[in-house]
Amino acid sequence: MKGMTLIVKTITDFVVAFIVVFGAYIVLYGHLTPGGGFAGGVIIACAFILLLLAHGSDAAFAVLPEKVAHIFDSAGALAFLIIGWVGVTGGFFFLNVFGRGEAFRLLSSGMILPLNIAIAFKVGSSLFLVFAALAMFRRRSFRAMIEEELS
Amino acid sequence: MENIAPQLYTLLVFMVIGSIVAVETKNLLSAVISVSAVGFALSVAFLFMGAPDIAITQLVVEVLVLIILIRGTILLDNTAVETHRDTLAVVASLIFFGLLLGFGAMIFGSKGFPEFGEPLMRVSRVYVQTGLPATYAANIVTSVILDFRAYDTLGEATVLFTSVLGALALLRKDGKVKGEEVATA
Repeated sequence: MKGMTLIVKTITDFVVAFIVVFGAYIVLYGHLTPGGGFAGGVIIACAFILLLLAHGSDAAFAVLPEKVAHIFDSAGALAFLIIGWVGVTGGFFFLNVFGRGEAFRLLSSGMILPLNIAIAFKVGSSLFLVFAALAMFRRRSFRAMIEEELS
Repeated sequence: MENIAPQLYTLLVFMVIGSIVAVETKNLLSAVISVSAVGFALSVAFLFMGAPDIAITQLVVEVLVLIILIRGTILLDNTAVETHRDTLAVVASLIFFGLLLGFGAMIFGSKGFPEFGEPLMRVSRVYVQTGLPATYAANIVTSVILDFRAYDTLGEATVLFTSVLGALALLRKDGKVKGEEVATA
């Protein structure tokens, strides 16, 4: 995929950072305002997908390589499980053993904030990977079809 | 709570029309856009019902699915479908729709629908009353899905993880032999 016109590329360069920041806000304030790990992760994935569509897959993989996305995907799932197992030290799986803090503050509600961040990493990188795989697959099957026509 | 029935019924009619268009249209692109219109209307309906969490999730997933369906899956020269509908499927759908209406009439026919959000069930009453003091999370939805019901969320994350693994295994480019599908089939 080679990307789109100069207009789309310029606008993408302007907005992509804001989209990532908004996604991070949705993730980090998930326990205080509407939103959470899943929605914020999808927003961050959308930012990278916008990059992929506008600049082509090479530029998107330069920012977030496929290997790194794989690692984020697995690490997010593992982190979720590990935080659950930390609760076992207090008695139960997923027991909220972290400090609760003060309500309505950013650092409050114990394990909910780290769980939100883990889900965001997981969802964001995995949805980006699915889109990248589908885009690659489509391009390859398209090329194979054209080659078949020509031969 | 003020009466939101007119707005909800308007959105419902819009969604039903969108679904019918999505099923009946011959062009795949029109079908995808109709499905997305239904999803966006559902997001607005969630906002009216006072569920901004679900509305945000619905909105972002809808945008992502629209992009994936248009850009990732639909080939440019293969947008028309030529399949004819199975008679058995139509009959089965009609029977199940009739059963749904019949059971709905049996349950709600004599007493009418309960008020929106009523009655407050036993489990949800515990969540609503102890959500803030037990978890100190101001957003009660997050306190339910990541504290009281974190085990469910773990299952959801596992489903997503497994489906991504499956998608990447099917669509991989390394180690794939040409004509592999034919050979193994």
